Amino acid sequence: MSHNNDQPDLRRRDFIGKTVLAAGAASIAPGVMLTVANAGSDAGVSSKVRWGMLIDANKCADGCSACVAACNQENGIDLIERPAGQSDAMWDAQRPQWIHKVKLKDNLTGEITNLPMMCQHCEHPPCVDVCPTGASFKRADGLVMVDRHTCIGCRYCMMACPYKARSFIHQDVAAQRTGTPRGKGCVESCNLCVQRLDAGDQTTACQDACNREGYQAILFGDLKNPDSEIARALKAHNSRQIRADLELNTGVRYSNI
Amino acid sequence: MKKMQYRELYCSSPRYWGGLAFLAFIILVGMGAAFFMEHNGHFVTGMSNQIVWGLPHVFAIFLIVAASGALNVASIGSVFGGPMYKPLGRFSGLLSIGLLAGGLVVLLLDLGRPDRLIVAMTTYNFKSIFAWNIILYTGFFTIVGLYLWAMMDRKFAQFKRPIGFAAFFWRLALTTGTGSIFGFLVAREAYDAAIMAPMFIIMSFSYGLAFFIITLMSAYWWADRTIGELRLAKLKNLLGVFVGAVLYFALVYHLTNLYITQHHGVERFILLDGGIYTSMFWIGQVVIGGVIPLFLLYSPAFGHSRLALAVASLMVLLGGFFQVYVIVIGGQAFPMNLFPGKQVLESSFFDGVVAAYTPSLAEALLGIAGVAVAMTLVAIGARMLRVLPESLEDPEEGECV
Repeated sequence: MSHNNDQPDLRRRDFIGKTVLAAGAASIAPGVMLTVANAGSDAGVSSKVRWGMLIDANKCADGCSACVAACNQENGIDLIERPAGQSDAMWDAQRPQWIHKVKLKDNLTGEITNLPMMCQHCEHPPCVDVCPTGASFKRADGLVMVDRHTCIGCRYCMMACPYKARSFIHQDVAAQRTGTPRGKGCVESCNLCVQRLDAGDQTTACQDACNREGYQAILFGDLKNPDSEIARALKAHNSRQIRADLELNTGVRYSNI
Repeated sequence: MKKMQYRELYCSSPRYWGGLAFLAFIILVGMGAAFFMEHNGHFVTGMSNQIVWGLPHVFAIFLIVAASGALNVASIGSVFGGPMYKPLGRFSGLLSIGLLAGGLVVLLLDLGRPDRLIVAMTTYNFKSIFAWNIILYTGFFTIVGLYLWAMMDRKFAQFKRPIGFAAFFWRLALTTGTGSIFGFLVAREAYDAAIMAPMFIIMSFSYGLAFFIITLMSAYWWADRTIGELRLAKLKNLLGVFVGAVLYFALVYHLTNLYITQHHGVERFILLDGGIYTSMFWIGQVVIGGVIPLFLLYSPAFGHSRLALAVASLMVLLGGFFQVYVIVIGGQAFPMNLFPGKQVLESSFFDGVVAAYTPSLAEALLGIAGVAVAMTLVAIGARMLRVLPESLEDPEEGECV
């Protein structure tokens, strides 16, 4: 047989057959190993508890950012070094912020409101819905967290979060705290100081800091325990969820906004 | 009836290898850019906690959307029985595989942890449309691969139709999935609309066909083969219909939003005072990607001009790129309205302000490399496999039955 082109006879059909077989196996294999999304371990955590927060915007002081500083320290955020040569604007846009202060003005009345924003720990968190690997999960006790072993850094949760509560780690992390492991390329957000809760404490760093400053704007506790201070306060006073229209049933509530 | 002969793309060596070397160089540069971004972290990009998906996502989504559309030519041939399209089916399948691979490479290399690909392939949250997309993408490769085989191997010819049907429905599912990535986002005003899925499907028809026309014309130019007038006219008219349909969907999408008071802010941003996004919408998406191509395709002055068809196809792609940019980046740049009726005076996290985004060079290089990956796969595939007919001369009278 004569060739009128420069290609060798590679037994093309064999080759293609095997290639397709291998590609098929590669795409089916994951399906065989499917594991149902890990919804968090119940061991040690009970769904009889739901941690939540009530923030009184009237008590939140203009210009105070004690909660932010305390959170940064508790969760090792202050250990993250600013990359050399990064502009102020980019550093602000890229550094993680688990909690941040917002100052609002009512368009009609001109009333000024101060409040801290953080992960609202929804009962039906959109970030958990969209996470492809199940790295975003909700614990039995209501904490919404990220499993940093399975987070692939796709940032879909950040697209989905209606509260802009999540941060992506944009740079190498040198120093970190054992209670708050952190890695470049993963997403993280407020976890209501889970390391404290799991150690038996019942306060968060932001709440402690606010109390130390004497404002007592943040009340933290078990929403499901009718005798807890937060449950009684929620029952006695009017409060609201941010973006209540989404019906996410947030664990963080605000009064006086 | 004359028998259709398929032959590998056989070009004089310097032209083929030179082209391949050029593509390989672009890929190499893109790999360097990806390594640079992964090594340093995303702080070297323009992306931030405000604009979380940047230019690489625009490239990736653009290529993935175009990939499913590129398969349409094959579907028309073997599912809907269009005889003029039948000889183009093989190349259409190859192109769709190439484009999808190119898009996925970019998507993967832009992950925070691309090394965890195996996690994404083995740990699924089935409520996530992203997880479904991973299955849809891998399935697409398998099904279109089998489809190509059925089209090329006479022994498997009887499977051509059923597999063609499967591939057609799979590609609809795939683009529905891609559109739903945005359609299912309740948080942001620019998204959260069911029309996203069908809009992405019609976008895929348009971009995919434009890619097909350009690659087909360049392959035939490259190989010194001829394409008949009639076949190009068919493709051209089809492209015109798709371009018009994309404009129509954009119109419906914006009219709906304009009716809803809550969405006036984001509409004002995209249509009137969003700066770069407004320009990209009107000049990029509407004029470059819609009006001018329609003129080039339908004006009698360019009736038989192949150049006009090529330029129109290129402009459709350019406009499509702008359209995806406006959807992906513009949709994120517009601030979420967390406190209706209130104005944000101060925030360290950019609440209530339009987020800034300037793509870095590395992001652009990675994205362009994705296009190069797609073109390289197509060039190698067309060289190794018999996907392109020896001649696409117009059939004689009465031959197309």
